[in-house]
Amino acid sequence: MAFEDGTDPRIPKIASAIRVIPNFPKPGIMFQDITTLLLDTQAFKDTIDLFVERYKGKDISVVAGVEARGFIFGPPIALAIGAKFVPMRKPKKLPGEVISEEYSLEYGTDKIEMHVGAVQPGERALVIDDLIATGGTLCAAIRLLERVGVKVVECACVIELAELKGREKLGETPLFVLVSST
Amino acid sequence: MFAVENGLQGDPRLEAISDAIRVIPHFPKTGIMFQDITTLLLDPKAFKHVVDIFVDRYRHMNISVVAGVEARGFIFGAPIALAIGAKFLPLRKPGKLPGRVICEEYELEYGRDRLEMQMDAVKRGERSIVTDDLVATERAGAHVVECACVVGLPKFKGPCRLNGKPLYVLVEPRD
Repeated sequence: MAFEDGTDPRIPKIASAIRVIPNFPKPGIMFQDITTLLLDTQAFKDTIDLFVERYKGKDISVVAGVEARGFIFGPPIALAIGAKFVPMRKPKKLPGEVISEEYSLEYGTDKIEMHVGAVQPGERALVIDDLIATGGTLCAAIRLLERVGVKVVECACVIELAELKGREKLGETPLFVLVSST
Repeated sequence: MFAVENGLQGDPRLEAISDAIRVIPHFPKTGIMFQDITTLLLDPKAFKHVVDIFVDRYRHMNISVVAGVEARGFIFGAPIALAIGAKFLPLRKPGKLPGRVICEEYELEYGRDRLEMQMDAVKRGERSIVTDDLVATERAGAHVVECACVVGLPKFKGPCRLNGKPLYVLVEPRD
């Protein structure tokens, strides 16, 4: 494993708290399981602290979290930096009027949705998820926010699967991760 | 039991929380007045009030596990866990959690579902709370000290229990 920010002593402990499960959800996939990180109270706190230290005082008013694991990391960050938390959800979960963005999967497409009126043009946002793989979901989340005039300052994930090159898919939007897995 | 019945009568934070919740009629089906907490999440002060009230209640109760029901329970459970120094345990829809899991079926206000929890995530005797945004019907839990929810139907007034576990609720649903 390579560390994005090798000098911070909290990073190796966060990396070692992540469990790798082979062949889940299907053969050939090495699943990066963050639930063991959540059971390590110090490592979970350090994870949130690292993001909060980076984003506090940067005039960010929106933290958008991608369903479902983005709902674990996004809200504590939002609360700590005084921003709104905006859930980005799978279709038909959000009850009010929504806007949606379609994106490609390996086979077929999927959609991500956000409530109309959750964000205002000109707001500055972060998009949070536990992991970036191909970048398809994060890219759709960025597009959704940009369509309504929001500036996505950065995407932030705990883990990056570097060989899938998701970072490139995000185009102009910077990506910040704590742990890069090769 | 509602927060107003247990020391928070007249606490202005409860009114702010209730006002921040949006009601969507006839979702997901006709006749249901859906209590939408996403508007609460857009109000950083109100969202913080929710977390603060739960943290004040649980920080000295020796709780070592906060279990959050997917997905809205994640939103409230994770900040509570962090603030009281407890582990966070996601209770997930089937097939999402890797490794060995245990499974529990339950009824929703509108439908049925199953929840899974990772085996060996908690030790026997650990004290936990379960978080969700809303409680309407009963859910099962293991080693549960209390169920903590933002919204609860009026029938949960008084010292009530869900499957033998005490229930703590912040506000009633709005019309």
